[in-house]
Amino acid sequence: MTHHLPEKKKEKKEDEKEDFLSLFEQLAKFQEIELEDVEMEFGDLELWFQPGAVAAPPLPILKTVPPIAKAKPAEILQADFIPPIEQYPGQVVEVTLGATKSQGGSRGRAITIGGEKSPAFYTFENPTTHRPIISLDVFDMKVPLAKAVKMHVKEVMEDPVAWAKLAVDKFGADMVTMHIISIDPLLKDTSPKDAAKTVENVLQAVDVPLVIGGCGDPKKDAAAFELIAEMAAGERLLFSSVTQDMDIEKVATVINKHDHVALSFTPMDLNQARQLNRRLYDFLPKERIVMDTTTAALGYGLEYAFTIMERARLAALMGDPELQHPMSSGTTNAWAAREAWMEMAPEWDPRELRGPLWEVVTATNLLLAGVDLFMMMHPAAVKTLKDIITELTSGNRGKAEKIASWVSAKI
Amino acid sequence: MSEREAKKGGMKELSPIDVYMLLPKTNCKECGEDNCMAFAAKVVNREVKIEKCPPLLKKENEKAYKQLSDMLKPAVKEVIIGEGNNAYTVGGKLVMYRHEFTYFNPTAIAIDVTDEMPDEELLGRVKKTEGFEYVYIGTKIRLSMIAIRSTSNEPEKFRVAVKKVAENTALPLVLCSFNPEVLEAGLMTVPKQRPLLYAATKDNWKDMAELALMYNCPLAVFAPNDLTLLKSLAKTLTEYGVSDLVLDPGTFVDEGLADTVNSFTMLRRAACKQGDELVGFPLIGTPITAWLERGSMPQEIALWNEAYAAGMLINRYADILIMHSIRGWSLLPIAILRQNIYTDPRKPVAVEPGMRTFGAPDENSPVMMTTNFALTYYTVASDIESSGVSCYLIVIDTEGIAVDSAVAGRKLTSEKIADAIKQTGVEGKVKHRKLIIPGKAARLSGEIEELSNWQVMVGPRDSADIPKFLQEKWGKD
Repeated sequence: MTHHLPEKKKEKKEDEKEDFLSLFEQLAKFQEIELEDVEMEFGDLELWFQPGAVAAPPLPILKTVPPIAKAKPAEILQADFIPPIEQYPGQVVEVTLGATKSQGGSRGRAITIGGEKSPAFYTFENPTTHRPIISLDVFDMKVPLAKAVKMHVKEVMEDPVAWAKLAVDKFGADMVTMHIISIDPLLKDTSPKDAAKTVENVLQAVDVPLVIGGCGDPKKDAAAFELIAEMAAGERLLFSSVTQDMDIEKVATVINKHDHVALSFTPMDLNQARQLNRRLYDFLPKERIVMDTTTAALGYGLEYAFTIMERARLAALMGDPELQHPMSSGTTNAWAAREAWMEMAPEWDPRELRGPLWEVVTATNLLLAGVDLFMMMHPAAVKTLKDIITELTSGNRGKAEKIASWVSAKI
Repeated sequence: MSEREAKKGGMKELSPIDVYMLLPKTNCKECGEDNCMAFAAKVVNREVKIEKCPPLLKKENEKAYKQLSDMLKPAVKEVIIGEGNNAYTVGGKLVMYRHEFTYFNPTAIAIDVTDEMPDEELLGRVKKTEGFEYVYIGTKIRLSMIAIRSTSNEPEKFRVAVKKVAENTALPLVLCSFNPEVLEAGLMTVPKQRPLLYAATKDNWKDMAELALMYNCPLAVFAPNDLTLLKSLAKTLTEYGVSDLVLDPGTFVDEGLADTVNSFTMLRRAACKQGDELVGFPLIGTPITAWLERGSMPQEIALWNEAYAAGMLINRYADILIMHSIRGWSLLPIAILRQNIYTDPRKPVAVEPGMRTFGAPDENSPVMMTTNFALTYYTVASDIESSGVSCYLIVIDTEGIAVDSAVAGRKLTSEKIADAIKQTGVEGKVKHRKLIIPGKAARLSGEIEELSNWQVMVGPRDSADIPKFLQEKWGKD
């Protein structure tokens, strides 16, 4: 029943076989757990309507030479491919999460995200400024989880400290998102003081930077954030999230005062994202704002989430100052898709593989849209995304001979 | 706005006027539209082709027709694989980013077989590929093609394999071998079916070009990690007279993944933003390379890696993918992703609001409520249908937003619900006054009761539990 888990040295990829096996073991651990319901944590979803832009392709270079019978070439005709590099007037700001002792906090290291000068992984143009990072979800009370996820965390589900340690030590989390959902008046309605205590304990147990996830009730979250910000002054926590229906002045002021970072969350609408960021600028420097334009699951609106983020990033690079923030995604929302967790006909089995792959496919698409910070759930999905990011930022070249004869390979 | 600037470097907006100016302007209505301007508007939205205008095709309008064809030509050429009703069109992309217009011609997913597979395996894989079907938002999602690889490098074996596949499927084919003799042996058994030939390389391009010309087939070009060679081959083959090309810059799923992402991105940008016609062809990815040098790696890992690579390539511009998986768990996310990425971002995914009836409801039947987000609606409808319950379902106009988001975003309100109860006339259909609302709209219960004078029953959070809910709660008081 032991997890064989990714270790930090894995990024060197010196032992690929072991790497694969450990991933496999994470995936293959699925025979042991009872059937469970799943949490439906569907993020806000709003459709975006294209304002009727009609695009035409570039004007064709009119061939003036009629296609008369030309001599067929006898040799390969040289045609150089010049990488289509562009310059962008804008750049995403860099945001630093977590603070070490010398920086006024107590984290083992601080993590900087953002700073992009090109669209995501256009490394033919510019290297990736900072690699995207992954924060694992931890909850302060038992929550309904998909079976494929639950089997990895069931022993720590009522102990946020143990859960956070598991996420960091075993699952390789860059950060931990401490969801203080028990303060929700519709759930346990615990006090902001209790929430602050939980965060304090987690801060002591792990030394990675933390995200503080609220319960979704704007009043209760504001109250808890205020207390936590003060308690953890200087730690550069990321408060997830500041929304339009909050007392923005109060929350943003307290975040600024105690040297933290705000996650500006809006429901899939770039104008709302700009508007909220603009309101935050009155109280917070730009480099203390990360934005989240909402993640929808693969099959449940991922294309809207993807396109909004891609548009946000392109607009930022083109100089739109209000969208020049690193982007965060609640990728765990992938599990809101029924196909991620549901028992289906045998031809779609096993769901213990289908589910985490659902999270991976959701994540990789948003990675390509420009997401800088992923909040995720399943350890195998986390490991896979990490490996992909490592590969995309490694500078490793593909060896043509490795794939040159795939056509005749016996597999 | 800055997004407009994002379109610089090739993109230009095409207006109906641009098209109208070149049309005959006779308002003859032969195309089925009221006038030429209406036709022009549909043409720029790519809803009709200019060939639907009979006068335009007349000799005297030849020049205008040619100009219009050039003006409307997509940055990525459309290439047809297969023939007749089963032909599959790939490419035809107008834009690099889907928000700039919309993507046409969803990525074709081809599943491989080889000429050395035992009959049972080969036919089993063909059957599974054909039989793959998943109903999603009212459409059937399917796989697209069979790729036949020659692992034997023997013409006779390949011929037999192609024959067997062709006899057992109507799906378009991809014939894969770098040996022109082998390829021709296969091609001779399907001489009119227009398979995609895979692939011309720096070593065999001339023979491949001859085959493509002789059998009128599209031809793939393979130059792993060498875009200059790829473009040079495209130029050479174009000059040779082969007009339908498909480009493969090589797919690396682990080491070299960055090269693959860069190659696909650069090729598509050069085609869409710089108008480089030599690379303005459909792109083919081969996530199947995840299976190479597998060693003792479990099959699940190859399936897993193949799937994530396929997912990234659907996002980054692949028009065709060749995969080895025939497993539902690894193909389903990919097939659904393709469906998502290729939806038209100009259209909301919503259904008509109003009242629907299921089965034969009577005055005692349950009344339920949901939103008009298409996915929500179809999921609820299919759960109700499969349960066989007779009932009424009130569909609220939430501007195409799902229940929980609509509640949070004030698109689903007690006012709207109370109003819909009145508007739909449901009060004349049933004698009870009980409304079952989605579990995720529980917050609205009190207000709905106040405004509508109906009693609210909070239903399940997932519509799959509707039958169970009704069994336990309906008619029990």
